Amino acid sequence: MERAILSGNEAFARGAFEAGVRVASAYPGTPSTEILENIANYPEIDSSWAPNEKVSLEVAIGASFGGARSMVAMKHVGVNVAADPLLTMSYIGVGGGLVVVAADDPEMHSSQNEQDSRHYARLAKIPMLEPSDSDEALAFTKLAFDLSEQFDTPVMLRSNTRISHGKSIVNLGPRRTDLPAPALQRNPGKFVMLPANARKRHPIVEQRLLDLEIWGCQQPINRVEDGEGELGVITAGISYQYAKEVLPKAHVLKLGMVFPLPKQMIRDFAARCKTLYVIEELDPFIEDQIRAMGIEVNGKETFPICGEFTPGRLATALGLPTSQGVAAAAETLPNRPPNMCPGCSHRGAFYELKRLGAYVTGDIGCYTLGALPPLSAMDTCVCMGAGISNATGLSKVLTPEERKKVVGVMGDSTFLHSGITSLMDMAYNNTAGTVVILDNRITAMTGRQDNPTSGHTLAGIESPPVDLEAICRAVGVKHVRVEDPYDLAQTRKALQEEMERPEVSVVIFRRACMLDRHSRAERHAPLFVKADSCVGCKACLKIGCPAIEWQEGAAGEKGRAQINQVLCVGCGVCKQLCKFDAFGDGHE
Amino acid sequence: MNNRINNIYLAGVGGQGTLLASEILAEVLMTAGHDVKKSEIHGMSQRGGSVTSHVRYGKRVFSPLIPEGEADVLFGFELLETYRYLPMLRPGGTVVVNDLKIIPAPVAMGAERYPETIPAKIRAVCPDAVIVDGMELAQQAGNVRTVNTVLLGALSLRMELDHSLWLAALNKMVPEKFLNENLEAFRLGRES
Repeated sequence: MERAILSGNEAFARGAFEAGVRVASAYPGTPSTEILENIANYPEIDSSWAPNEKVSLEVAIGASFGGARSMVAMKHVGVNVAADPLLTMSYIGVGGGLVVVAADDPEMHSSQNEQDSRHYARLAKIPMLEPSDSDEALAFTKLAFDLSEQFDTPVMLRSNTRISHGKSIVNLGPRRTDLPAPALQRNPGKFVMLPANARKRHPIVEQRLLDLEIWGCQQPINRVEDGEGELGVITAGISYQYAKEVLPKAHVLKLGMVFPLPKQMIRDFAARCKTLYVIEELDPFIEDQIRAMGIEVNGKETFPICGEFTPGRLATALGLPTSQGVAAAAETLPNRPPNMCPGCSHRGAFYELKRLGAYVTGDIGCYTLGALPPLSAMDTCVCMGAGISNATGLSKVLTPEERKKVVGVMGDSTFLHSGITSLMDMAYNNTAGTVVILDNRITAMTGRQDNPTSGHTLAGIESPPVDLEAICRAVGVKHVRVEDPYDLAQTRKALQEEMERPEVSVVIFRRACMLDRHSRAERHAPLFVKADSCVGCKACLKIGCPAIEWQEGAAGEKGRAQINQVLCVGCGVCKQLCKFDAFGDGHE
Repeated sequence: MNNRINNIYLAGVGGQGTLLASEILAEVLMTAGHDVKKSEIHGMSQRGGSVTSHVRYGKRVFSPLIPEGEADVLFGFELLETYRYLPMLRPGGTVVVNDLKIIPAPVAMGAERYPETIPAKIRAVCPDAVIVDGMELAQQAGNVRTVNTVLLGALSLRMELDHSLWLAALNKMVPEKFLNENLEAFRLGRES
């Protein structure tokens, strides 16, 4: 059998390929993004970026209605967006197998919350499998499709940052080619969820959970690993790996299916162990259900709910000794926070918003970094699409004078994800508001994926880009203007005019992302600082460009700015801040 | 093979090629017959932030994360990031570090200072630390972007793995048009 070292995301993609999946769709979101990027490498699968997670799931559902196996992948908060179709699909069941991968982000490495996706499986009453490494990610993906068709249910696969972005060795297999050909299937009693039909489906869903519970007690996906002594651990997913590391001698009940739980198996295991721990990251999901069975367990009274587990954190929670490494630096070290790239088109817009004293209701993307110093130009950030609708709500309660300060800001991808309806609401309900769309033509933060403004699909095929100005006008905005955020004076003028306007208006700041895949970003020769012109006023440091470095002066002398010639892309924004003409173009 | 797990902790800055280096390292370890796990954070860290990667190998690896204080090798692509993660290294462990400063934003803005004489401070706690002039050697190899391969070359000397496995992994994973300069970079790093 061929072996390879794959990330969890590569393994989910490989599993989809081997399972005979025909359609895959997703909206990018860390840590799930690479699943679709890797599926796109298999020409047998129709893969595409959808504008949001709900659309992606509905596309997959359509393919399932046609009898094809289909898969979607999303980050944990993406499940919130896709929850509506997900919960009703539980009643409908499937045509072809339907699998939803939800990638959680304990520790919030790249997320705004650390919600535990397992609750969705319980809420939707569908099975959830949770792999503990890449090999299981591949194997469980294939199993999930079989389970989906066998029990007529969507199946969730739960990943997290350490599974998705961790690599381990997997065994590769061939693609299934024996699946029935897709075709139209008419079955309104099952596919049309009118109340009368849904009432008939609900008891089927309840019975399905009972059947799945029995299945889970008989299948090797849930297994007992015998240890020594009287200590038992019930665990799943990545927590299994940490538990094996820290408690190598314990008896372990490793759950591959975390919902529904194999209750009889748990009862039998509990009866063998004098002390029983449930080791699970985030919420006491397994623990609470076991307690409800009347079994005494130790879980969140010992292990943290907040943050991700590590071997060290588990050992500390258990009162076990931990290793002492080399002594840490005795001095305080400067942090290295992420930053907008040199030449990033968002920088000028945030700099001017800050200068104008704007109250920015922001959103999710690279531009959320505008909240960090020195720009410090974002006042709220909730979720995808909230930037505009939060501005609407705030505008409703402020005086007309204060209202002028409120600016809803979001990127092109976020606007298409869920900002259009927010703008429609603002315009149609006549709430005066200023909206900024930072249009860099890609979904940058997750790794510069193409979106409907990009002009290319995931498969690399050219497609006419959506017209943002036309969308804004079509939902009722009369004042729509496009500006260049590299031109600070004009950026300021445009913002000032629109913030003053007692009507809805949209300013689109358009400049290609510096990491654009289609080489649309402009690069010029790096600037340099004229040593005798720079007075060390630090005005240029206020835009937080990584290419501008402050050089301390020798004793008694002033410091001055210096430009890192490797990083500078010659956008010229810093030059516009300098009152002393200290920036030179190119290698003069 | 005993069941001891070997740990290599990589530290660098987003955009330096740290992740590609860890991929090549993991490939070499797998072809050498080890169980291998590797873990890192993408996303926010790509935007010039601090990047770390855990590589573990042995007979059977469970946790993909190295417990603090148990790294056998601290493999650093930048001085400050290496200095920052010294507590990951076990006492007596090996440091291989690129002699390169990349100024973080708070220092560039003049709000904080980049620590002085980091190589000496690392040597004070790890006397055998290997400090590699990666940029100079990468330039000699014909492309500064090969610096991660130079560093892999330097690391390879400190690991008991067959030289041919490294060359095979480079041949497999480096794009054809950059292969020769990377093979040269690996050789220069190994001889440094």
